[in-house]
Amino acid sequence: MISSSFDYARATSLDDAIKRLGAAGGAAKLVAGGHSLVPLMKLRLSEPQALIDIARIKALSNISELDGHIEIGATAVHHAVATSKLLRRQCPGVADAAGEIGDPQVRNRGTLGGSLAHADPAADYPAVMLAVDAEIHLKGPKGWRMVRADGFFQGLFTVDLAPDEIIAGVRFAPAPVSAYAKLRQRASHYAIVGVAAALQVNDGTIQSARVGLTGAGAHAVRLSSVERALAGQPLTDAVIASAAGHAGAEVTHLNADIHASEDYRRAMIPVFTRRALEGAMRRA
Amino acid sequence: MPQISITVNGKVRKARVEPRLLLVHFLREQLLLTGTHVGCDTSQCGACTVLIDGRSAKSCTIFAVQASGSKVTTIEGLATDGALHPLQEGFWEEHGLQCGYCTPGMILSAVNLLKDTPRPTERQIREGIAGNFCRCTGYQHIVNAIQHAAKKGLPKRAKRARRTPKAAASAATGGR
Repeated sequence: MISSSFDYARATSLDDAIKRLGAAGGAAKLVAGGHSLVPLMKLRLSEPQALIDIARIKALSNISELDGHIEIGATAVHHAVATSKLLRRQCPGVADAAGEIGDPQVRNRGTLGGSLAHADPAADYPAVMLAVDAEIHLKGPKGWRMVRADGFFQGLFTVDLAPDEIIAGVRFAPAPVSAYAKLRQRASHYAIVGVAAALQVNDGTIQSARVGLTGAGAHAVRLSSVERALAGQPLTDAVIASAAGHAGAEVTHLNADIHASEDYRRAMIPVFTRRALEGAMRRA
Repeated sequence: MPQISITVNGKVRKARVEPRLLLVHFLREQLLLTGTHVGCDTSQCGACTVLIDGRSAKSCTIFAVQASGSKVTTIEGLATDGALHPLQEGFWEEHGLQCGYCTPGMILSAVNLLKDTPRPTERQIREGIAGNFCRCTGYQHIVNAIQHAAKKGLPKRAKRARRTPKAAASAATGGR
């Protein structure tokens, strides 16, 4: 399959990319790994007149710890996130999720920023960004803007990102008691249901919990009733089983497709919520 | 049309290409390196897998312009001086192929795997080739082939120089 024709340019810096994006007046798209965009272009579901390649902007792919916070640049590939020693130690749930995306070849090319901007309803990162309460840092012609993951995912393939803005990276506090569990579609490895959990634990008591769900609906959401059921409780198998038991009950409009019916997805949300919480508990 | 420059199997290849030209089509149709196959053409089957700057990638899901400035290794670049790469030898010794269509991609995914994990468990091998579909073998002999290579280790050049029989070369490159 051959895409429509387009012009191609490489941006040399974040600001250069913003300038080029603005100059194209909405006709251009950014590309880094291209693992969401290129397949869409081959199907001609997306026909940008120009691509601005940001993959080689070195500063955008850093994974680092700064002032007690973790920062991941937008063009960090999934493989780098999955294998980062820093993330394995400080935010294992984020590394888990990255290591479960697609397959090795996809993880060698696909990027965090691309996944977040595309916001596929079955993407893995959105759930984990909700669980770690990530700040998503955007830059446009008017400067920087920060959006929390909570408000970023707005609908099917729809996020709080203007056409002239670029995702530069994400920032969040360490979440060492975190995990991700997913039921994957066997061929594509997309999430049929994916759940990310991050717990704040003090002396055996869950101070607070954040749980993100992906794959089930039009976009990733938090499972607030599970979070409330966990807060203030002792971190035990029984508490987890009870909190996960009704996970997803408040979620309306579940997806249904050839891979899983609405009922099946509904049945799997508690199962994978429990697994994510158990995974996090093992790290407490 | 933009000028691209890609180092393919150690040789700098320059060309003017349409930006929409996929890397796999550049390799196959312009460089006539037909060992890299097009299978599903939808980033799932892995028949088009090559190494880009040492990491496995699906060449049906990257435009050639994106790879400009990079080093690309295809199946044709693995054997050195007529000696099979340990992975090619593994597939030969362990009957890791039947029709051969998936083999070049499978081998390049295995190169990526053994670079990261020189002594993989069976499970790690199966995860390492999760992005490559084989419709003939049932995968077991492919796993054996990768284990064979892992035991020998992955030197830059194969330790034992072994003359490449024509049939083996043809099979290991998907024959064309």
